Order: sequence, then structure tokens, then C-alpha cells
Amino acid sequence: MNDLMVIAPILLPLMTLILCLGLEMSGKRTGMVSLISVGVTLAVATGLVMRVASGGTLTMAVGGWQPPFGIVIVADLLAALMVWISAFVVLAVMVYGVKGRGHGHQSGHAQVLIQGLLLGVNGSFLTGDLFNLYVWFEVMLISSFVLMVREKGIKQLGGGLIYVILNLLASAMFLCGAGMLYGELGTLNFADMAVKLSAVDDPAFVNTTGSLLFVAFAAKAGLFPFFFWLPASYHRADPALSALFAGLLTKVGVYALLRTFSLVFTDANGFSSDIILYISMATMIVGVLGAVAQYNVRRLLAFHIISQIGYMVAGIAIGTPLALASVIFYTLHHIAVKTCLFLVGGVLEMRTGSPDIRTHGGFYKTDPWLAVGFLIPALSLGGIPPLSGFWAKLNLMQAGVDTKEWLFIGVGLGVGILTLFSMVKIWNESFWKDAPEGMERNSLWPGKPYAAIFGFCCLTLVFSFYGKFVFGLCEDAADALHDPRVYIESVMGGEDK
Amino acid sequence: MITVLCILIGLIFAGATFCLLRRSLMRVLIGILLLGHGVNLLLLASSDPISRNVAILGEDGLPTAAGSADPLPQALILTAIVIGFGLSVFTLVLARSAYMRGGSDDMRELEREEEV
Repeated sequence: MNDLMVIAPILLPLMTLILCLGLEMSGKRTGMVSLISVGVTLAVATGLVMRVASGGTLTMAVGGWQPPFGIVIVADLLAALMVWISAFVVLAVMVYGVKGRGHGHQSGHAQVLIQGLLLGVNGSFLTGDLFNLYVWFEVMLISSFVLMVREKGIKQLGGGLIYVILNLLASAMFLCGAGMLYGELGTLNFADMAVKLSAVDDPAFVNTTGSLLFVAFAAKAGLFPFFFWLPASYHRADPALSALFAGLLTKVGVYALLRTFSLVFTDANGFSSDIILYISMATMIVGVLGAVAQYNVRRLLAFHIISQIGYMVAGIAIGTPLALASVIFYTLHHIAVKTCLFLVGGVLEMRTGSPDIRTHGGFYKTDPWLAVGFLIPALSLGGIPPLSGFWAKLNLMQAGVDTKEWLFIGVGLGVGILTLFSMVKIWNESFWKDAPEGMERNSLWPGKPYAAIFGFCCLTLVFSFYGKFVFGLCEDAADALHDPRVYIESVMGGEDK
Repeated sequence: MITVLCILIGLIFAGATFCLLRRSLMRVLIGILLLGHGVNLLLLASSDPISRNVAILGEDGLPTAAGSADPLPQALILTAIVIGFGLSVFTLVLARSAYMRGGSDDMRELEREEEV
């Protein structure tokens, strides 16, 4: 039973994918099947978080082949939390509704591909093996590639091509790093690699492979200077889908960085991680400056993703237990908040028919609830107490003070102000000022988008007011990350389970 | 022998980088394909297959020759080839439809942002 629970977040999307494909081939609608399946996945993930929080890491050796030779699925608290939030995001985005183009063959197989995306994301979180991480990355990417170019306009195709090419380049780097690691260590299992790498006294080798993997994950996460694909493509996809990408894809990159650079490539193993802190600070600054200059609502939000990723990766570079706990909390908070903002941005675009916030106006008067749905995540993103973003930033800054990273503190606070500034820009232009003459105001499909936005606002409020409970979970997850022996023992000592 | 392989990998990477830096979409695609081959060769080289024997099991279930090559990198390469093949086909189709829509194979045209 244990085993089934660990692998269920991978199996459920896989089986639903096959089922949906079959149904669509025979011309049936699949929205409901898909929705129910994600609901079940969310329930399973909730159970998984509870089990792991009380009983410690669960592992499963696929096919009974024990590590380090077989493939292991590992659900530690970090992975379980990430699986839970992914299921929540996918569920909410499905409620919001992907623009349909009929059903059966005409549907563009959106449901199939969304299940594929969830499959890849959950697989990436749960795998305990570097090469499998590569395979799950590809599963996730190919689904997102096809979803990205669902509407075959030149804008989508152009954005999609940039996205595809830069991600293929990153995958090639990933594969190089993995191959060289295997050549030297003879293993690809994370836990086993951590053990064997600590015995290798060759800084050149550790830093070369570490840097290759860092570049690969940094490109997926959208770190400076590898982020160019992100603002070129995200805002061009369907609103619901771009919210899905914004919430999940870059965070899988952050997760991979968190896993690899807290377990395998650590200072203790001879990897010099100083550079990561500088790259993350550059990411924070460049991202937010890009956002300040934008007037396209979803493009502005896409630049914000980059800047916020900078905070998370800076926490990884600082590397104390408090910093790692804040990174995990930051990631959870950011997924909820950012997806919600993209959904609100999508509603604004649908209503006015234009992504340019200068042509919007007056939504505070006509749609006060939409305004609330924007304000909660926007203030949270800017770090206003008592919302979740404040707790995330506060703890991260505290970790910075503890390790005396004054430059990081200065950059972090400055970028926070600019973040708030650009959120206020959207607020002023779209909600507060009077509607400009001749602004279209399309009436919108009924309450579904509002239900999704409401769900994310509730989640943000839970993160804010039950912050201590959530942060406690994150601290437990971070303790396990900070002391790799726990992870290594639970994976390698798994024979008797 | 392994030195020759390493030089070959270096040349392939250099060629791939050169192609990737072109503005023509077709060249970029060729660069991506070349890069994939280079990476596969790198995986192969990292397991040093040339100085080792073929990994075949005899009737007694043991390798027929001592010091046989590690089969795992070869399995990895096979996986990488399959994934790379799928992605290349998708990218080619994508590039073709972008070319048909946009009438240009210049990357700068595709990147151009609407004035907002």
C-alpha cells in the first residue's frame, strides 16, 4: 500500500492520459474525466504529504530492483509538498477552463497534454535518479511545447520555437553533465552520487559537471542569463495554459537545483557555489527591471517570475536550514500567487481584447471581486504583511543576515520595492483609472474563472495566516535537505521495506 | 583511439555552436541536431567502450570476456536517441509551419514583439 501511494501521483495522470486519448479518438468530451482524475491526484497528494510529514520519507524501488542499480521513486517531504501544489494548480486551471475548439479530434487534445504535463512534473519531483529526471523533464517539455503552439498563429509559433530551441539546448547540457558524472562515478542515483562524489577529490571534475547541470537547470528555471525564452513565449499562449506554465515549469527547474545542489554538489563535496548567489542577484535585478518597463500585462508578469526565481535560488546559494526552508515556502507561495495573477491577467485580456494595460480601465468599478482577486496575490507578491510573500521574504532576509550577505539583503529589499511598484502600475492602469473612451468590454463566460481565482486567493490566505504551520512543514523538509544523510539512508537502506 | 573520439566530439560541438549562432532557422535546427549527436558520442566516450570487451553473457551467465564494457551508458544513449528523434521531428514541423505562416526563416522576424 505504501508503494502504491508513492507512485500514484505518476500513475494517475498516465492512465488518465491514455483514457482521454482513447475517448477523444472516438469523438467524446474528456474535460470531466480529466478534472475528476486531477481531483483524485490532489487527494492522494494530500494523503502523501500527511504520511511523509508524520512517518518520514517513503521510497519505492521500481520493479523490485534495489538501489543503486534499480530506479527509485522517492517521496520526501519536499517532493510531496511540490506534488500537492502541482495537483492544486492543475485542478484550478482546469476549473478556469482552457479555451476549447470543439471536442474529439478538433479539441487539440488539450486534456491529454495537460495530463502529460502533470505526469512529467510529478515524475520530476518524485524521481530519485538523475537520468530519470532528464526523461521526466522531456515528458513535461514535449507536452508544454505542443500546448504552447496550440493556436497556430505566427506569434505562438515564433514564441514556441524560441522556447523549444533554448530548452533543447539546456537538455543537451543536462545530458552531457549526467553522462560525465556516470563515467566517473558509475551511478546516477542521487543518494549514491552524493556518497561517491564526497570520495572524489578532483575539484575540476566536480565543478565541470556541476556547472553543466547548473546551466541546464538554470535555463529551465529562467535564471539570468538563460531566461530569454521565458518572456518571449509565455504571454503568447492561451491564458489558462500560460498560467499553468507560469506556476509549474520554472519551479521544476528550481526544484532540480534545490535537490542537486543541496545533496550532490555541495561545498563539502568541493563545488564552489559562490557564483550561484551572484547569478541569482543579477536575475532578481534584471527580471524586475524588465517588468517595470512592460505594458503587456502577462509579459510584465512573466518578467516577475524571473525576478522571483532569483530570490529562491539565492536561498539555495545561502544554504543554511533557515534559507532552504524559506526557499521551499517561497516556492509554494510563489506558485499560488503567480498562477492567480496570470489568471487575472487572462480575464483582463479576454474582457478588453487587448493585453496592453494602458487601454484598460475602470475594472474596480465594474468588477470589484476581480479587483480583490488581483489585490491579494499582488500585495502578497510585493511582500506586504501579513500576506504570505512577507513571511517568505522575511525569513529569507533573516537567513541572509545570519550569514552576513549584506549585498543580497540590499538587492532583495530594493527589488521588493520595484516589484510592488510594477504591481501598483497594473492596479492603476487596469483597475483604478477611469475606462478610456471606446474600450471594449466583452461579457465573459460565467463564474468558472472567478472560482479558480478565488481558490488561489484562499490558498494565499492560508499560507499567510497559517504561515507558522506551513513554514513548519517547510522547515522539516529543509532539515532533511540540509542533512543529506537522512535522504541517503532512506534511499540506500531501503532493502527491507 | 579515445583521443580521436574526443577530438571528433569537440569538432561536432564546435560545428553545432557555429550553426546555433546563425540567424537562419534551418541552420539553427541543424545545430540542434548536431549537438544531439555530439552529446550521444560524449555519453559513449565517458564509459570508455573502446578499450573494453563486448558485453555478452556466456552460457554460464557470466561475461564471456573479462573487463567487458558497461552496458548502461549504451541504454542511456538509446533513450536519448529516441527522445531526441521525437523532439527533432516536432521541431522540424514547428519550423515548417512557422516558415509557412511568417514567410521568413529569419529568427529575428519570429522573435519580433508586437509594439506594446
